Amino acid sequence: MTTAFIGQPVSRVDGRQKVTGAARYAAEFDLPRQAHGAIVRSTVANGRIASIDSAAAERGPGVVAVLTHRNAPRLPYSPHKGAVDPQVGERLHVLQDDRVSHQGQPIALVIADTVEQARHAAALVRVTYTPESWTTDITRVAPVQPTQQKTDQGEVRPPATRRGDPEGALASAEVKVEQTYIHPRENHNPIEMHATIAAWDGDRLTLWDKTQWVHNTAEEIAAVFGIPAQNVRVISPFVGGAFGSSLRTWPHVTLAALGARAAGRPVKVMLSRREMYYGVGYRPHTVQQVALGASRDGRLAAIMHDGYQETSTYEEFSEALLNASRFLYSCPNVDTRHRLARMNVHTPTYMRAPGEASGVFALESAMDELAVALNMDPVELRLLNEPERDEFKKLPFSSRSTRACYRAAAERFGWSRRSAQPRSMRDGRLLIGWGMATATYPMNFAPASAMARLLPDGTAEVTSAASDMGPGTWTSMTQVAAEALGLPIERVKFVLGDTRLPNAPVHGGSLTMASVGSAVQAACRKAREDALARGGANDLLEAVRRIGQPVEASVDTNPGDESQRFSMHAFGAVFVEVAVDPDLGETRVRSMVGAYGAGRIVNPKLTRSQCIGGMIGGIGMALMEHAVLDARNGRVPNANLAEYPVPVHADTPPVMEAIFVEEHDLHVNPLGVKGVGEIAMVGVAPAITNAIFHATGKRIRELPATPDKLL
Amino acid sequence: MSSDEITRREVLVLTAATGGLLAGGQLMWGPVSPAAAQDAASTPTPLEVMLRINGKEHRLTLDPRTTLLDAVREHLHLTGSKKGCGLGQCGACTVLMDGKRVKSCLSLAALMEGREITTIEGLAQGEVLHPLQAAFIERDAFQCGYCTSGQIMAGVACINEGHAGSPEEIREWMSGNLCRCGAYDHIVAAIQDAAAAPSATQGG
Repeated sequence: MTTAFIGQPVSRVDGRQKVTGAARYAAEFDLPRQAHGAIVRSTVANGRIASIDSAAAERGPGVVAVLTHRNAPRLPYSPHKGAVDPQVGERLHVLQDDRVSHQGQPIALVIADTVEQARHAAALVRVTYTPESWTTDITRVAPVQPTQQKTDQGEVRPPATRRGDPEGALASAEVKVEQTYIHPRENHNPIEMHATIAAWDGDRLTLWDKTQWVHNTAEEIAAVFGIPAQNVRVISPFVGGAFGSSLRTWPHVTLAALGARAAGRPVKVMLSRREMYYGVGYRPHTVQQVALGASRDGRLAAIMHDGYQETSTYEEFSEALLNASRFLYSCPNVDTRHRLARMNVHTPTYMRAPGEASGVFALESAMDELAVALNMDPVELRLLNEPERDEFKKLPFSSRSTRACYRAAAERFGWSRRSAQPRSMRDGRLLIGWGMATATYPMNFAPASAMARLLPDGTAEVTSAASDMGPGTWTSMTQVAAEALGLPIERVKFVLGDTRLPNAPVHGGSLTMASVGSAVQAACRKAREDALARGGANDLLEAVRRIGQPVEASVDTNPGDESQRFSMHAFGAVFVEVAVDPDLGETRVRSMVGAYGAGRIVNPKLTRSQCIGGMIGGIGMALMEHAVLDARNGRVPNANLAEYPVPVHADTPPVMEAIFVEEHDLHVNPLGVKGVGEIAMVGVAPAITNAIFHATGKRIRELPATPDKLL
Repeated sequence: MSSDEITRREVLVLTAATGGLLAGGQLMWGPVSPAAAQDAASTPTPLEVMLRINGKEHRLTLDPRTTLLDAVREHLHLTGSKKGCGLGQCGACTVLMDGKRVKSCLSLAALMEGREITTIEGLAQGEVLHPLQAAFIERDAFQCGYCTSGQIMAGVACINEGHAGSPEEIREWMSGNLCRCGAYDHIVAAIQDAAAAPSATQGG
């Protein structure tokens, strides 16, 4: 009987459901008498609704109701801020007044018998506005300091940090790089569009929703409607990609619940692809200035990193844009400053590797520019500035495998054959470039609960209200449970995605494996110990048979004081080969090797998928993704998947490798895992633009690296 | 003239007659044109449509604007075919029509009479998965699973068309099916595996 499952390349336990179409996503739970909702959205960036005429829509065939700010019930919108919500500001209230603060704001909901009728009637709602002046051009906004954010744990994400004398050190540095790097707005664009089905039973509400955090969705909607959180059940077994877009509870969830209440029957709302650019958040546009000073021999003397990003007029969203610059390299003089550009847009949100993906693009681009200025190999420059400890937190690293990552990736890639001079490598008429960058992402560990139930027939059910947007929570938790229980994997059933299950933290920030995994492991160990003790047997199957009834164990796990004692991060290195067509300016990624020190790998098969998927996401960020914000009016003219290109099959590099270096971290959490979902996205874009520089001699400081910038 | 062109022209004629409003599609949220507004007053006459899906006949009464995708998802509750854009851009809705891959979000259900439609639910032979379905599990050719149905249906067609000769060829001919999780490398491997399997050119 094999029970060693952690570390094994187990195929997905939900694989059969997914390849047969049986896995059901949010929009796929049809209820009797279900109606369909379609959202009408604002067409001005700021102002008031002067008139709204829904008469034609109401006469439309099959139309059940049309809700606007005039007839919608006033909702309590009680205070609630989940960990995923901006801590400063107030969330958008829907259909509560005539104010419009951005393009695409929901201003009416049409409910009809069929989706065709609802959509058609939505187009018949006539709206006029009294526009007011608006701000949608980031180049004309004066960025401001974020409001200080304090919590029980102290200051959240300090907007400014400083050590040493950065200005003085920079002024006297022998070699300097001072540049501005721009990253445009990006949209998550999961292939599953956001959807919610809402059904009321008296004052109890059930939501089938696309969410990365069922409990937070329940708490938010309960606060919005002023009902107890336990009256809201949220069900979300499968999430068709999210990458952060399903962390918060967006206005359409409220609209679905409002609509269901008004119609007196279940209502389904599914956003259109165009609405995905207005109805859910996005990775914000950032502008970053990086100044590096170094001695002639390559030792960093100063790092100054100043960045600002767009946010809405009603909330201060900020991300960890500058975190890596504070500790990634050894440097005595560091200054970081984070600011916000308030605009008439909807609030941005976390997108895969939030902060790190864009911040490390700037830092690692500047490091490459410094290597060029020093005439030094970029790997050598990084090794020379490798810190012994986190110089920002003044703590030792729980583990840090950057050296091993550089070595492993460089070897696999063949980095030693690189010719240093730009434009010196060719393949026929194509320019070949090799570039690299460092990657890092924090290890996050949050409180989690799990329940394990052993049945007399020797099977087990293990539950936690976690989510699986693709990394394989269903599978990896089954592995952890089977190993901790000492049962074959076929006898263990893990269930997630329902608020009736024990609390789980948000499925984001690469913390699910560490947090939920630790809870699952602890619950299963306890259930096994209890069963063996009560059954008076050394064999678990014999013990549960003797007991003759289920043995249950529920466990809550909490982080200890490890974050006070250690700086905990995953680290990695990405090496890339590009071919640039000198006549067409087109960049193709030919080879990409990532090496990661991410602690224990529970399932190498799934982890490889997650890593190469993140690298593909990085290709999109580097070469194509850009949600254009029309500065004149705040519209996104390319709000679809044809004009907002994302990587397709043909963009996949022929060579893709993800290497996991051996790393035993005893400090991070009981499982010794760090998570890989986010770090796989970090460092890819700068590795590609650094390779483009090596190929062409042109430095791309504004993403994406489209052909027009290379001609 | 190919059958694809006929279909497209027929679609254009029919969409013009119904106000051009495909559900889940390119709907703008501003005011519509007066012509379309007039259409609102008149109820589109429901159509009796006989659809043959996965070898079974279904008689449906449909709004003429109903796409094949919405017909199978909303009316037949075959939700394996996915809606990812409603604009023919992502491929998640790919089904086989008379053995050829089509994007069901761009196909009007009313035009599918007499066609043999195969969705992901019709691919396996009972409990036995199609070789490409099995290869998808073995190769871990998906993560979230939402584009998977479309990838598999397109992959089956890609093999049947003889476009699975090399990884490069597969990448080219599969590029109409987006995967935001980035499982492309493994999808190509799965299609190669299935193309080499003896029974791969069945199904659909």
